[in-house]
Amino acid sequence: MRMNLPAFARDPRFSWVGMVLVAVALVALPFVVGGGFGNSWMRVVDSALLYIMLSLGLNIVVGFAGLLDLGYIAFYAVGAYLYALLASPQFGLHLPFWVILPLGAAVAGMFGVILGAPTLRLRGDYLAIVTLGFGEIVRIFLNNLDAPVNVTNGPQGIAQIDPVRIGGAALSKSQQWFGLTVPSVYLYYYLFVVLTLLVIFVTVRLEDSRIGRAWVAIREDEVAAKACGIDTRNIKLLAFAMGASFGGLSGGLFAGFQQFVSPESFSLLESIMVLCMVVLGGMGHIPGVILGGVLLAVLPEVLRSGAGIWQRALFGKILIDPESLRMLLFGLALIAVMLYRPAGLWPEARRRREMAAAGEAPGKRA
Amino acid sequence: MDIFIQQIINGLVLGSIYALVALGYTMVYGIMGLINFAHGEVVMIGALTSLSIIKLLAGTSLPGPVVVLIGLAGAIPVCMALGFTIERVAYRPLRAAPRLAPLITAIGVSIVLQQVGMLIWGRNYHAFPGLLPTTPRHILGAQITDLQVLIVVLAALIMAALILLVNTTRIGRAMRATAENPDIAGLMGVDVNQIISITFVIGSALAAVAGVMVSANYSIAHYYMGFILGLKAFTAAVLGGIGNMGGAMLGGVLLGLIESLGAGYIGDLTGGFLGSNYQDVFAFFVLILVLVFRPSGLMGEKLAERA
Amino acid sequence: MGVLLRAQGVSKSFGGVQALREISLSIDQGEIYGLIGPNGAGKTTFFNALTGLYSCDRGEFEFDGKPLKVRAPHEVARAGIARTFQNIRLFANMTALENVMVGRHLRTRAGVIGAVLRDRATRAEEQAIEVRARELLDYVGIAGRANDLARHLAYGDQRRLEIARALATEPRLLALDEPAAGMNATETASLRDLIEALRRDGITILLIEHDVRLVMGLCDRVAVLDYGEKIAEDVPEKVQKDAKVIEAYLGGSLA
Ligand SMILES: Nc1ncnc2c1ncn2[C@@H]1O[C@H](COP(=O)(O)OP(=O)(O)OP(=O)(O)O)[C@@H](O)[C@H]1O
Ligand SMILES: [Mg+2]
Repeated sequence: MRMNLPAFARDPRFSWVGMVLVAVALVALPFVVGGGFGNSWMRVVDSALLYIMLSLGLNIVVGFAGLLDLGYIAFYAVGAYLYALLASPQFGLHLPFWVILPLGAAVAGMFGVILGAPTLRLRGDYLAIVTLGFGEIVRIFLNNLDAPVNVTNGPQGIAQIDPVRIGGAALSKSQQWFGLTVPSVYLYYYLFVVLTLLVIFVTVRLEDSRIGRAWVAIREDEVAAKACGIDTRNIKLLAFAMGASFGGLSGGLFAGFQQFVSPESFSLLESIMVLCMVVLGGMGHIPGVILGGVLLAVLPEVLRSGAGIWQRALFGKILIDPESLRMLLFGLALIAVMLYRPAGLWPEARRRREMAAAGEAPGKRA
Repeated sequence: MDIFIQQIINGLVLGSIYALVALGYTMVYGIMGLINFAHGEVVMIGALTSLSIIKLLAGTSLPGPVVVLIGLAGAIPVCMALGFTIERVAYRPLRAAPRLAPLITAIGVSIVLQQVGMLIWGRNYHAFPGLLPTTPRHILGAQITDLQVLIVVLAALIMAALILLVNTTRIGRAMRATAENPDIAGLMGVDVNQIISITFVIGSALAAVAGVMVSANYSIAHYYMGFILGLKAFTAAVLGGIGNMGGAMLGGVLLGLIESLGAGYIGDLTGGFLGSNYQDVFAFFVLILVLVFRPSGLMGEKLAERA
Repeated sequence: MGVLLRAQGVSKSFGGVQALREISLSIDQGEIYGLIGPNGAGKTTFFNALTGLYSCDRGEFEFDGKPLKVRAPHEVARAGIARTFQNIRLFANMTALENVMVGRHLRTRAGVIGAVLRDRATRAEEQAIEVRARELLDYVGIAGRANDLARHLAYGDQRRLEIARALATEPRLLALDEPAAGMNATETASLRDLIEALRRDGITILLIEHDVRLVMGLCDRVAVLDYGEKIAEDVPEKVQKDAKVIEAYLGGSLA
């Protein structure tokens, strides 16, 4: 399951130089994007990082283990609301983020197991609808748990959430570094990058391990996996738990970043969005999934800002509501990419081969 | 007024509509194993198309029911053409592709149709003109309007016709053969592409009818209406056992009943803890419960996977 | 030599079809036991019932003197029963090596934490998994195909890979469902050598096979199923002459 790098890239000197280059690029990125295009674009980059973490989490469930989950955003919601409840005036609690984030990941992971357990016997598309149902149930509860006891504050959501604080410095305020003013969105960017790298690291390690192989085996042929001695129940639950904990982690970050959460952010559409990132990028292929996350997080924003401007430039006036045009183009892009690259934009090399050789499958499945 | 009977009546009406939409999902799924996510949007386009026609004719001297009928007659071919096109453009090229690829194009189509609906009909809610007799009749202490009777009867007739079509005609036989195994059906001389097209066209016609029914029943239509309706109908199809037409009908009616009874009684059942805003939770909860005990739905074949 | 597997009154039906009727048999340690019968006789169903993929309606199995109580497939595998499938079920998009490595899952332990931290023990285990998997590929004679996707292997090699994957679970009883199906004469001959090598290495074998010459040449004892019933069980020479067996096969082939 190792990535197929070209020969020169496997040279240790190259990977060392490459790593330094990537690190420099990651550090410099906010100054380029924020400085060149404005801080609102840095917000987009920040949320793209959250989406990358989400996609990588969902990729474990859908891409590795082959379990179609349409309610994934529920775990994002669990992480976000946990942060909101433990660090806001809602209950008057103000725990630090380094306590809440791991807790959020753990609680979301637990939810993953609880919601995953009843679905274990279900086949593909039944699983999809049940997970979708769970996702909706979680959202509806968030929406309505303001009475009889006010837990979630209902549709209004929870505001005034504490920002992430590191060493006494709130990331919601700009900081002075070496005489340089670093705005809040940059600070969150650095935090998110570190955690995204961590998530990538964990995913890569998991993929190339005994557990990762068991996931893929289940995806490829569940019956054969059982016969090989894999306890498919536990290994599937593990996939749900791992995926969910990534969701919980990024949910917590989201709450600290926005300082506001409401059920609206956790609609079915968001689950679908993350699924699109995974599939469009290249299911099961980590670099592809990251690409999918970046593209689908950034594309709608580019379209949002472009949809009005381009129309004026082209026709001299606004013909189509920019918001609508943006979604229209987004939908068309989904269709077009899938039609021209059914295995995703950047599939695993072996999947590419599979697509090229489609139809010659020897002796698989009765 | 008897609340129980009333909720049963409302549930039957809602359930008939769900059943019609669920049939569209289940037929497509049965034949090609695809969740046609865009199906709900076809319902929406049907509803709004008929509404435009109806509004155009509402000022004329034609009697109300005739106007609605013309609206329906206009919406059906539009939806059929739409269903045909969707399958051709977005699904057919992906028959041999990985399983999730057509699901993503389906989502794409759904988004596109929603936006097209919004561009044509705007963001506003449209009131459905009161052209149909809505004077309530009283039975068993509950109220039922002619419209509601019409919806249930019409849905039942359509479903009966569909069952006849599938079980007694050549096309129906070809559909069943394709559902069983498209490759073998193809070898036996069935034009699989044509059968799949026909399936989409029939499903879309049902969607159009359902669209007109919902908007007439709730006197409202909106570019976003297809999403939730589609979701519910899909749930109903799965509840009944997806791919099974009888299951879709049963699942639709059951879901309608569950929702309306659930909404009426959930407060009492939970001692006032949960209110009727938990109606949807109820629906999904029942679905999950059913699937946990019958993983292939109520009427789905029990597929012990062959090893 | 002791009895390794004992089946007692195993029955299974699918709707109206009674696929297995009160099947009882016992397999000795170290023997090659053939299971034959016309198409649809219930041979594969017996495998599925044994390996926990189907639940039996009645009856039980006893393995190595202990009842096979917990019947989840992975428990059965853990107890020491491995199998191959009539219609070949490989992990098609994994390499041959990875397929066999999955077979080691059962006998290894690394969990999430080990996988992420890649501590010394995990690395050693991972190393051992790969070494063993390569040995097994070599054993079944497809070492050269280690890095090919399973789906791209030739048919005969896929059968061999399935055997290697099953061996990776360290079975005491290996159940082979028509391993020679679709093989030409040369491939069948070398399969026969492989099975004999397995026996020499102390693995008991339960073999479903339609190739009569292979069965008669290899097996110590043969049981015959017909319409879910065991109609004969004996050494190959006797079974071949059994009137009921001849009747079952002739009836089957004439029908
Ligand atoms: N999952 C199942 N569902 C329904 N019927 C089944 C199932 N599995 C097997 N059967 C039926 O049980 C009977 C025995 O089938 P089985 O596959 O065990 O036969 P077999 O002896 O292996 O035949 P073959 O030599 O063709 O492989 C057949 O009638 C078959 O149709
Ligand atoms: Mg068989």
